Amino acid sequence: MENKPKSSRRTFLKLGVVATVVVAAGGAIYRSLNPQQHEKHVLDGEAKIALHAIVQAMLHNALPAKGPEREAAVKQAISNVELAISGLPYHAQKEVANLFGLLSIGLARRLLTGVSSGWSEAQTQEVGAFLQNWRLHSSAIFQSGYHALHDLILGPYYGNPANWPSIGYPGPLKELS
Amino acid sequence: MTDAARNTAIEQTATKKEDIVPDPIAAGLKSGWKVTDASTLTSNRDFDVDVVIVGTGAGGGVTAETLTLAGLKVLMIEEGALKSSRDFKMREADAYPQLYQESAARKTKDKAINILQGRSVGGSTTVNWTSSFRTPDNTLEYWQKHFGLKDYTADSLGPWFLMMEQRLNVSTWMTPPNENNDILRRGAAQLGIPAAAIMRNVRGCWNLGYCGMGCPTNAKQSMLVTTIPSALSKGASLITHARAERLIFKGDKVSALECVALTPDGQAPTGKIITVRAKHFVLAGGSINSPGLLLRSKAPNPSGMLGKRTFLHPTVISAALFTQKVESYTGAPQTIYSDHFLGIHPIDGPIGYKLESPPLHPLLLATTMNGFGAEHASLMQQFPHIQSVLALLRDGFHEQSVGGSVELRSDGSAVLDYPITEFVWDGVKRAQLNMAEIQFAAGAKKVMPTHEMAKLYTSWAEAKTAIAALPYENFKSRVVSAHVMGGCGMAADDKRGVVDPRGTYFGLSNLSVFDGSLFPTSIGANPQLSIYGIVARLASDLAQKLTGKPAPKLIATS
Repeated sequence: MENKPKSSRRTFLKLGVVATVVVAAGGAIYRSLNPQQHEKHVLDGEAKIALHAIVQAMLHNALPAKGPEREAAVKQAISNVELAISGLPYHAQKEVANLFGLLSIGLARRLLTGVSSGWSEAQTQEVGAFLQNWRLHSSAIFQSGYHALHDLILGPYYGNPANWPSIGYPGPLKELS
Repeated sequence: MTDAARNTAIEQTATKKEDIVPDPIAAGLKSGWKVTDASTLTSNRDFDVDVVIVGTGAGGGVTAETLTLAGLKVLMIEEGALKSSRDFKMREADAYPQLYQESAARKTKDKAINILQGRSVGGSTTVNWTSSFRTPDNTLEYWQKHFGLKDYTADSLGPWFLMMEQRLNVSTWMTPPNENNDILRRGAAQLGIPAAAIMRNVRGCWNLGYCGMGCPTNAKQSMLVTTIPSALSKGASLITHARAERLIFKGDKVSALECVALTPDGQAPTGKIITVRAKHFVLAGGSINSPGLLLRSKAPNPSGMLGKRTFLHPTVISAALFTQKVESYTGAPQTIYSDHFLGIHPIDGPIGYKLESPPLHPLLLATTMNGFGAEHASLMQQFPHIQSVLALLRDGFHEQSVGGSVELRSDGSAVLDYPITEFVWDGVKRAQLNMAEIQFAAGAKKVMPTHEMAKLYTSWAEAKTAIAALPYENFKSRVVSAHVMGGCGMAADDKRGVVDPRGTYFGLSNLSVFDGSLFPTSIGANPQLSIYGIVARLASDLAQKLTGKPAPKLIATS
């Protein structure tokens, strides 16, 4: 990613802005058709598949190495993310939904993340390269997108008592918790 | 009806914990406190009182007790829920959505700064780390000189700070600091940097280290267990899950306050409206929310300063790995500080900073530590060995540090636009260098600033060169805040401020702002005691004005 030619980087950025506008406009149209002003945003379809791939790259070897334990841990991590999103104010939920909306569009995924195949086939290394690219990107849109994914996945994962033994955290005094 | 239903629910959920720690809130509700949970309202409600107070944090709590003891009919409005020791289970995943604004993920407009602010009865005092400092003398001197606040002197405020220190048992913490704090003390001592003990507002503290998730033993003398129960037991009323939406003006007065009832999760309006008429209106929703309410209400703004000069003590963190266990999650959270770097330059010179060592718990640590994947996982696995020091930057004392502006989103909610200037970034860099040096001096094996391009440095020599060379900009360098101040700044005249030195809003004679949004600059120290002391004086003045009698002193009840 570091060696990407300049023109490709520029396309990456420009399309990013366009795609963000398209997704935001899509959201606005949806909301104008739905008189309910306040809404919870739930991740589904391709967005959830994207999260499945991103969770594995973000947590990497914090997760069990393989097998059904790994899949169960990923599922748990995803449900912790969803719970965390549901606790955000609606304006923030909308922004998270827009981010995942963007990642769900095939063209946007290819151009903005460099993940060539669909999210269900994405390799952890490839997803990791996308996260690293967004993390150190020069544009605030991508950096804030990375930070949102970072905080929404890592925070709730380690907030889950099931994952405390792996980091040597004894947790609070049992008699009072 | 509602209250009876609530009390029944409380009795049914009684757990074993109550046998160990009695819950004063549950007992108060049982004794007949007038508390209404607006999420349960099935029709609109109207109230008529002497004084309505918006917000129940440091400012609202002190105001409520003062005015109630003076004999006034007081109503408190709180956007969050009423939670108490029975609910405080020391779990971040539960505590942050329940007790913090925006699930502890409130952010500045550009999302570069994460803001921790409370949102339940007791406000930020329910979740703060108990650090208690009087307003520094040089901060007060700056206010006198630049904002005409002539009677804001250490001498004239002294009795008010003393009264609140006694009321809230602010005292020297005699227990030895935990290793997390002792490392700051030892490292500073090695380098000849003065450090000292932090006073804490606790009574019978168990030294657990979970203040940020609500005190599970009611030891912390927050507003939740002191002033608010005192006011409620003397007849004040409280409405929870009610968001102050709009003030209605008539001439130079506020005639009413409109609040919207919120769903039990606090996220959406239920459609029920609460209208409050009062002789006097007090705003104590904290910086961001108090200016936000005034902006939504289109309050007069002669100075053009409403919502401006909002300060954060932008805060940066340096993490270190030690051979020994540090266990930063256990023991009183912040017990040692150093003001050395606040005193190197004049207050209006290059930005200074206060050093402290914050508690670490898994959720907040995982989000604060930079990186992801194997790098992040490896760091988390060393959790018991991680120590950290933070630097609170003293913003607001220089023309290149004018803070941020509160704005409204399209849904009417308030957001802070706080651009970090080069002047502030310069302080971030110096702070990261000083903190790393202190940590190495205390024996750290590795040190890493919370910066996306930083690595775990293995020596001070390596860290010194690398930290100096890092780019300091949004997102690359993590910046957080737990102290939001200003936005309704005080001044002697309406050219320089939003409220007068008594906290009265310029242009609205029956509206006062009694919270941290009063401050014309940041404080340069953890702000809770500044709010307690200054608001105690302002609320006592108001009580005298409304009743014609001197206000009673606040005294600890047990």
